[in-house]
Amino acid sequence: MIAPAIFVILGILGYPFYDLVKLSFEQYGLFELIQHKGHWVGLHNFGVMLHDGVFWHTLERTIVFTIVNVSLTIVLGTLVALLLVRVATVVRLMITTALVLAWATPVVVAVQLWYWMTNFENGVANYVFTKLHFGNYIEHDWYATPMSALGVTTTLIVWGAVPFVAITVYAGLSQVPRDLVEAASVDGAGPLRTFRDVTYPVLKPILLVLTSLSIIWDFGVFTQPFLLLQSRPNPGYYLMSIYLFEKSIGLHEYGLGSAIAIVMVLIMLVLSFFYVRRMVRLGDVR
Amino acid sequence: MRLARVGWNALGLLVFGVIAFPIFWMLSTAFKSGPDIVSYTPTWIPLHPTLVHFHDALHTPYFWTDAKNSLIVVSVVVSLSVVLAFLAAVALAKFRFTGRKSFIVLMIVIQMLPANAMIIPLYVVLAKYHQTGQLTGVIATYMTFVLPFCIWTLRGFIVGIPRDLEEAAMVDGNTRLGAFVRILLPLAAPGLVATAIFAFIQAWNEFIFAYILLPDSQKQTLTVWLAGFYGTARGTDWGGLMAASTLTAIPVVVFFLLVQRRIVFGLTAGAVK
Repeated sequence: MIAPAIFVILGILGYPFYDLVKLSFEQYGLFELIQHKGHWVGLHNFGVMLHDGVFWHTLERTIVFTIVNVSLTIVLGTLVALLLVRVATVVRLMITTALVLAWATPVVVAVQLWYWMTNFENGVANYVFTKLHFGNYIEHDWYATPMSALGVTTTLIVWGAVPFVAITVYAGLSQVPRDLVEAASVDGAGPLRTFRDVTYPVLKPILLVLTSLSIIWDFGVFTQPFLLLQSRPNPGYYLMSIYLFEKSIGLHEYGLGSAIAIVMVLIMLVLSFFYVRRMVRLGDVR
Repeated sequence: MRLARVGWNALGLLVFGVIAFPIFWMLSTAFKSGPDIVSYTPTWIPLHPTLVHFHDALHTPYFWTDAKNSLIVVSVVVSLSVVLAFLAAVALAKFRFTGRKSFIVLMIVIQMLPANAMIIPLYVVLAKYHQTGQLTGVIATYMTFVLPFCIWTLRGFIVGIPRDLEEAAMVDGNTRLGAFVRILLPLAAPGLVATAIFAFIQAWNEFIFAYILLPDSQKQTLTVWLAGFYGTARGTDWGGLMAASTLTAIPVVVFFLLVQRRIVFGLTAGAVK
């Protein structure tokens, strides 16, 4: 019964994966693509990559980017979930609807939408920021510096990612025993103390899974930065996935690209270790 | 206490506004007339609502071809994946065999691989068989992430079906196949539907593979079409772009609303008890 699935997976994943490893040790450019044959160069591609200053800058930028995105997603998502418990039913329904809509929005649609809102000529962001007296944002170009451009990317990603976290944590909050919360407040614990000692222990496993998933997603994120920043193919804006794309598909250096991909896969495997272990353990019990 | 409650609700409304605003703005722009869209002082609500942008978007070159391509790709991927995944998931959930655990681990790990790491070998292999620019190539690559996902999700649904029910059916004189068809299949049906819809959403939203493998604008999917939507020569046609975005999002949003609750279950199965 499982044989057809194994067969297909071996064919569409196993074989390409073997190819990926093989390619990373080969010189494989446009010429080789036409010839359908690369030639062995050993660790040359890895050497080229490790001696490329752009690689290290990109790796560093991606790590910072991932930390910022994941922290914002998890913290804001949890806060929204905690808020959902405290508001009236109507307001809760309104927020949940908005969350589900934001969550359901396809990534490409979300990118176009945020690109329009942050457009320098008549984007609504510039108007709102000027009106709120954050300074003069008339014809402000949000994509002028890597910092600001990646900031918009972060906002877009967090907007799309918060709903999943908020709704999952909200579901988890129903597991927090009510009498314990009440007992804590009778005993004189403030809201922060109650969160730390009563709510947080219950949420901890959920938050760990959510954090691992977010790290994996944000470290490898491609579509959002690629589409939002595509008019600026400048190394100063690169994230790992973009760097990989530019080197491989962009420059037709498939061997070098494979070496970068291997490094990314290894980093991802390390990052997803916790998540996988937890899932396997659950998979065994159930 | 009352003051605190008013405060929380006010904050709640603010949060609602921030999350909902981009969606509102997309719809608002899509229905606004041209001059209202580009004026520096924004018109919040379409005062002169018009359907002209939707008309424009629908008549943009290749919209219908690309929508058809998306439908072909998605339906082939989803039906193949669900059938293969169902068989594999039943085997994983109901039988013990050597390699079972490693297979489960493999299914989870595969889903963690960055899509654009696998694109290089897939591209090279497909180029070898002249399948770049062909929908078949895209279908094959979509299976790489949809199939493991379906196996993993379906397994979660099937594990939950008590073994006793099947055994009871077999004691009552059913064959193994009979028990499978009469007991397991109907009970797994909601899970199958939910999994098919997740798979649909994933395949419909996919961008990278389609973008790299389908360079020919006559043969693309809807997400690639939308990413390349620029509109008129005088600059971006924002109204058209937002109308096109709305059109691309509608099928996903509709399906998403149907299965939203199960997605939380699928991704964090077990963590939320």
